[in-house]
Amino acid sequence: MSFQSVEGLLQAARELPLWEAVLEHDCREEGISREDSLSRMTALWQAMKAAVADYDPARRSASGLVGGAAARVESSPRPIVGGFVSQVIAAALKTGECNACMRRIVAAPTAGASGVLPAVLLPYQDKYHTPDGEMVEALYAAAGFGQVIAARASISGAEGGCQAEIGSASAMAAAALVSLHGGTPEQMAHACAMALKNLLGLVCDPVAGLVEVPCVKRNVAGAMNALACAEMALAGVESAIPCDEVIDAMRSVGALLPDSLRETGKGGLAATPTALRTAQRLRDGEI
Amino acid sequence: MTVFDIMGPVMVGPSSSHTAGAVRIGRLTRALLGAAPVRAEIRLHGSFSATGRGHGTDRALTAGLLGMEADDPRLPQSLSLAREVGLYVTFEPVTLPHAHPNTAVLTVTAADGRTLTVTAASLGGSRVKVTGVDDLEVSFSGDLPTLLLRNRDRPGIVAEVAQLLSAAGVNIATLHLHREGRGGLAAMVVESDQPLPGGLLKALAETDGIESVRYLDPKGGA
Repeated sequence: MSFQSVEGLLQAARELPLWEAVLEHDCREEGISREDSLSRMTALWQAMKAAVADYDPARRSASGLVGGAAARVESSPRPIVGGFVSQVIAAALKTGECNACMRRIVAAPTAGASGVLPAVLLPYQDKYHTPDGEMVEALYAAAGFGQVIAARASISGAEGGCQAEIGSASAMAAAALVSLHGGTPEQMAHACAMALKNLLGLVCDPVAGLVEVPCVKRNVAGAMNALACAEMALAGVESAIPCDEVIDAMRSVGALLPDSLRETGKGGLAATPTALRTAQRLRDGEI
Repeated sequence: MTVFDIMGPVMVGPSSSHTAGAVRIGRLTRALLGAAPVRAEIRLHGSFSATGRGHGTDRALTAGLLGMEADDPRLPQSLSLAREVGLYVTFEPVTLPHAHPNTAVLTVTAADGRTLTVTAASLGGSRVKVTGVDDLEVSFSGDLPTLLLRNRDRPGIVAEVAQLLSAAGVNIATLHLHREGRGGLAAMVVESDQPLPGGLLKALAETDGIESVRYLDPKGGA
């Protein structure tokens, strides 16, 4: 069985680095070798990079609503921050747009939230010249926290709303950044908890039921939130509520969400006049 | 749950349930037919019907029928690829009672005229469940080697099948029995931990009382 609590994960990380505790545990449980697991994870990391490299601003999604945003950010005439932060925003958009335009991405943990992890990891590698091997280690750290979230709550928008998709991805990305930047396992848990707390209650309300609006841009929100929470955790800021309790709260909130806000395309933004017109035009075959 | 249930799979977007899961349903159908289909009538239920076009569910099912994987970059062009290789595909909406919202019914025909109808649902995260094969109600994921037998309902036939599997070193993971009525046509669905060798499938087909054998190898390219 995978890790059922962050507490358990932290305990396993007393003996060896947290990422390695996740790797070892998974190899034991699944009966696969360390080499096989590492080569599989390395392939996922390469695929994340390939998705961003594959970005083409001319592509448009099924509804025509998604495409070209990342390129605009990259060539913005008046950026407020620019640099690393703009790179994070652009990478989140690139993966999200690739996904919406039927290109190849890595579901991490889902296709709709596939932009969050690459959005923080690629610019990090670029800035700190981190070897691929260490980036792969960070993916194990992220997966360890993701496993606990999936076991105690959910990573499915249909079950728990967007907090379960973008929220979970953001929490995993925050932990991965702390792992990369030399933080302690406790700091990873605080980063994970804070990131999830900040997105608690986020609803899944896709326009026309498609993984396009607001999904693509929420990847940006998830990535920026991960960055801020990792920064706080590395500075010694702690989550007042322990990570496991936050995850349990996310589960309760998900259960309280009405169906209309859990990937049915019926409530929230999906119920706006503009969204309803888009859905009608899709049904009529106009777009 | 392995770390790779959280990280991955590599897939063509936009949706693990509506796209990657749909590819898997197409692949399972092709594998159960045991041949490349030349004709496929596909009926889409619920969310598959309502948002399937925008999610590329039609193209994903077709890609699976062509034998592609969920990360095949040719997936968006699968409808034109199907025309090129002589697979004729039609789609229509359907409303099924009590079915999972992401359900597809695929009636496929092989070049030699064999036909098969598969009903399957996409459960999210690219996991799927086959709920019907022809007129038989079933429930299997296709993650394990799966054997579907049609047999006459007679004493000892389950033991004979179990004996053949055991002799081939195949461990039964799950076994489900179905029958229309006492002494009539029955069915067995066996999920196993090991793949079934060709010789075993032949021996099963030759067993007295077994009318048909279908086998799904999850690793097989069909």
